[in-house]
This record gives sequence, C-alpha cells and structure tokens, in this order.
Amino acid sequence: MSSHGPKKVSKEQIWIKPGSLWARLPIIGVVLAAIGLGGSFSMMGEHPQEFWYAYLTALAIFIAFGLGGLFFVIIQHVTRAGWSIVVRRLAENVMITLPALSLLALPVVFMGTHELYEWTHLDVVAADTMLSAKQPYLNEGFFTQRMLAYFGVWTLLSVLFYGWSTSQDDATGEAITKKAHSMRWLSAPGVALFAISMTFFAFDALMSLDPHWFSTMFGVYYFAGIAVTSHAMLALLSVALRKSGYLQGVVTEEHNHSLGKLMFGFTVFFAYIGFSQYFLIWYANIPEETRWFAYRINGDFLYLSGLLAIGRFVIPFFFLVSRVIKRNSNTLMLAAIWILLMEFIDMYWLVQPVLVNHHAQHAEHAEALQMHLGALDILTVVGVGGVFLAVFGWALARKALIPVNDPRTQESLEFEDF
Amino acid sequence: MAKPSKKKVFGLLAEYETPREIFAACEKVRDAGYQKWDSYTPFPVHNLDKAMGLKPSMLGWLVFVCGISGASGGMLLQWWTSTIEYPIIIAAKPYFSYQAFVPVTFELGILLASFAAVFGMLAFNRLPQWYHSCFNSERFARVTDDKFFICIESTDPKYSPEKTRSLLEGTGAAHIEEVED
Repeated sequence: MSSHGPKKVSKEQIWIKPGSLWARLPIIGVVLAAIGLGGSFSMMGEHPQEFWYAYLTALAIFIAFGLGGLFFVIIQHVTRAGWSIVVRRLAENVMITLPALSLLALPVVFMGTHELYEWTHLDVVAADTMLSAKQPYLNEGFFTQRMLAYFGVWTLLSVLFYGWSTSQDDATGEAITKKAHSMRWLSAPGVALFAISMTFFAFDALMSLDPHWFSTMFGVYYFAGIAVTSHAMLALLSVALRKSGYLQGVVTEEHNHSLGKLMFGFTVFFAYIGFSQYFLIWYANIPEETRWFAYRINGDFLYLSGLLAIGRFVIPFFFLVSRVIKRNSNTLMLAAIWILLMEFIDMYWLVQPVLVNHHAQHAEHAEALQMHLGALDILTVVGVGGVFLAVFGWALARKALIPVNDPRTQESLEFEDF
Repeated sequence: MAKPSKKKVFGLLAEYETPREIFAACEKVRDAGYQKWDSYTPFPVHNLDKAMGLKPSMLGWLVFVCGISGASGGMLLQWWTSTIEYPIIIAAKPYFSYQAFVPVTFELGILLASFAAVFGMLAFNRLPQWYHSCFNSERFARVTDDKFFICIESTDPKYSPEKTRSLLEGTGAAHIEEVED
C-alpha cells in the first residue's frame, strides 16, 4: 500500500534517446545480418548440408525468441493480467520480429529441404516402409503449404497485436478501450492458433529431420524452451534498459520478482517435459524410438546432453529458488542470460546430432560421434540474430517503451508482488 | 457484581477505522521500538509486514531443507531396496536405474516440502490457538468485519500503561481499551 499519490512517468523514461546505443540497434543489426548471412550463404556452395543444418539451428533459436514474445502477449491478454502491462511492449517488440524471421525461413522451405530432410528423397522413401507410410503427411507439397500456413498465422497474429497496441498509444476516448477489447478478443483464438502452429512447426521443421523417430511431446518440448526464454528475454531487456537509464521506477523489483517466478516455474516445466519424453522412451525400449536418444548420448553429445540437463534445470532451479535472487536486478539478469544461452545449446542439441549421426552411419569405419562448431554455426547465428536485432531495435525506438494508454497501465505501475 | 478484576492485563488494544490508518499506526508503533505486539485486520493489507518491521519468514528455508531431504530420502530408499535389500532385474535394466526412480524421488520431495510448508506455517504462527486474550474485548469481534486493531502486549519490555496508551492515542486510534489475559 502506497501512501503517495498515483505514480507518474516522465517522457525521458519511456522514449529511447536518438543517438543512443539502443537507437543504433537497427544499424548494428543490419551490419551483423549482412556479415552473417553474406558469409554463410557464400559458404553454402562448398558445404551445403553443414550450411542448412546450421541455418535451421539459428532459425529455431530466434523463432523461439519471437514466439516467446507472441506467447507472452497472448497470455497476458487472455488472462487480463494487470501486472505485466509495463513489460508487454517489450514482448511486442520481440514478437514483431516474427514476420521477418518467417521471410528468413522461406529459403529452408524452397531451397533447403533436399539437404535437410531425408523424406524428400523419393527413392529413399520408396525403399523404406515407415517413410512410405508417412508419405501422405511428409511430402514436399504438403510440407510447403503447412510451413506457409504457420508463417502466415504468426505474421497475422503479431502484426494485429502489435498494430492495435501501438495505435492505442495515440488513440483518444473510446478508441482506447475499443483497441483493448480487440486485443482481448483475438487472444482466445490466438492461444489455439499459437499452440497448433508452434507444435506442428516443431514437428515439421525439427522432428522430421529424423523421419523415423516420433514423439508426441516434441512440440511441448519446443514450447517449454519458448516459455522459459520468453520471460528470460523480458527480464534481460527490462534490466538492461534500466541500467542505461530508462524505465526507472516503471519496471520495478516487483516486476523482476514476477518474471523471476515465471522463469523458475517454466524451468521446472522444461525439466518435466524433457524428462518425460526421455523417460517413456527409455522404459519402453523400442529401437525405433530409442535411436534418437542413442546418438545423443554417444561420443561428444553425451557431454552436451549432460550440460543441457544440468544447465537448463539444476543450475537455474537452485539459483532462482530464492526470493532475493529474483528481486535483485543483477542476479536476475545473470539468470536470464544463462537461460537464453541454454536455448542456443538446446536447439543445437535438437538439430546437429542428426547430421553428425548421418555422416557416421555412412562412413567407412564406425566412428565416435564428434561435435563440430564451425564458422557456419557462428555466422548463421550472427546473421539471423542480426535480423532479429534490427527489427527489434526498429520497433523499440519507434514507440514508447510501455503501452502508455492501456486502461491498466497505472495498475501495472503500482503493482506489488509478495 | 462488578468486582475489581485481579486478572493480569494482556495489553492495550487500539481500534482503527481504515487500512490507511492502521498502516500509519503500525509504522509509529514499530518506530517506537515495541517488540511484542501484533496487528489484526479483516483482510490482508499489502505491505503491512513492512510497516510492522517484521523480518522475512524463515519458512522458506525449512521447506527447502525438507524438500531436499524428501527427494534424497526417496532416491536412497529406492537405491537400497532395489540394489541391496532385494535386487531384482526388471525389464533387463540395471539394478540402479535412476531414471525409473525419478518419479518417486520427485513426489517425495514435493510431499515433504508441502508438509513443511503447511505444518511449519502453523507452527511459526503458533496455530492452532484455542484461546486468545483479545477475544475478551467485545469490540474485537468486529475484526472479522470492518475494524482494524493493534494490540501491544504487557510483556513487552517497553510497555507502560500510560506511555503506551499515549503512543496509541497519538496514532489516531478511534478507541483504546485494556484487555485482560
């Protein structure tokens, strides 16, 4: 309970200063994108498979970040949350990278399928009972249509939510509540659209890399990463902005605490989903199911799997369990950076072992699986990350850092957590 | 038949009309340095713990320790029963198949942590209490309806009938009375 009057927010706190590092993010992003994409595409001719696997890894990471923003926005609207309004614009800025990332994903659909997906090779499919049985679903025509549908859904949802929210900033009178109602109206079907498109994107783009293997939990596994990075991203951004002098007294340690609790909760959720997927396959012990894990606990990948289990669950769990850690900006930012880093490792772990295993199986001598981290892996992450950064930075400087006209902005400013 | 009471005095009970008043009053009582006192409200008042100067609860540590011992106890129990006491091969898997032990480990961790949370909370709050001296005041019944109370107990080292009363008067209490133990 506050004994002061209603909190006021000055303009300097919620508008990025022209010429500051934040305002230069679009230029930095474009430069990084040019270096990364230019460099990696020029290497495509020499190492086509390595390129497409690295490119898909980078896309999976940044699409997860973008979907994290979309997930946060939809959930806040559908639950009519009041506390989160002051960080919602940051999530919207992350979310609006989805149309650009969808464009970046088009080369995978139209150029890369042959290098990435075994099921596009019709001779292999014809000789393989399982792949033939899956052909009505796993064929290039239907794959292209589905992918375009996911990108269309993400673009539509993010543009609509972003458009309504940013135009609400300049609206007056009844238009303000009208836009709030529009966002809330779309959020309920948005939950279903998000869940279905995200799940099947994970199935089609990532799970079908190993087309014999299947797990109904795979979509939820990809989602668990999205959910935990979504809140880590907001924690990192809001703390970093406060450190450079913005959002002082707007996003407070009370919001830190809530974001920290959600990071903690979804860390446990990730462990639950990740373990459940492994556990059932381990118990049943059916070769066509266990092979996916078999080559992930083989050779170098055993250490990567161990790192994922410890780094994505054990460390953040014990670190974030305390209330003090979640409320302190420095420790929360540390946790957020760590969790975001783990998303990179997780996506690498989902995609790259398939290629290494493929090479090992076709080698003349049986060899241990060797992890490789080359220039392509770094360049594709820099390139796709550059595009992400450019669009995010453009959106960040374009509008205020919080939705100034939302009917519940005041509630969020004065929010108190326990 | 009103005899002069020989009963001990429990403390001074001050009554307030609004949460805002009791919030300010708690800050004054806290700043005066009293230790043995409490506030009573019909509903939770945000941040009243800070106004009262209460230290963060130790309950979290108790829950953490109990949760960890539940989880490790669960894993140890399964390790001992299935590798030492009664080794039996199940589904051609090793005796110590930690994967299979995770659900029970997890559940026991949760069980002991939630026991610690519930019973620890009751213990720290000295609940259940069958009797509380404040119920000797008739006006105190409205604490479940629309009134807010502060009671400074006579066992507090700083307690004196006059000084404490004047402090409570200074906080703008609507009514002050002495309650018997």
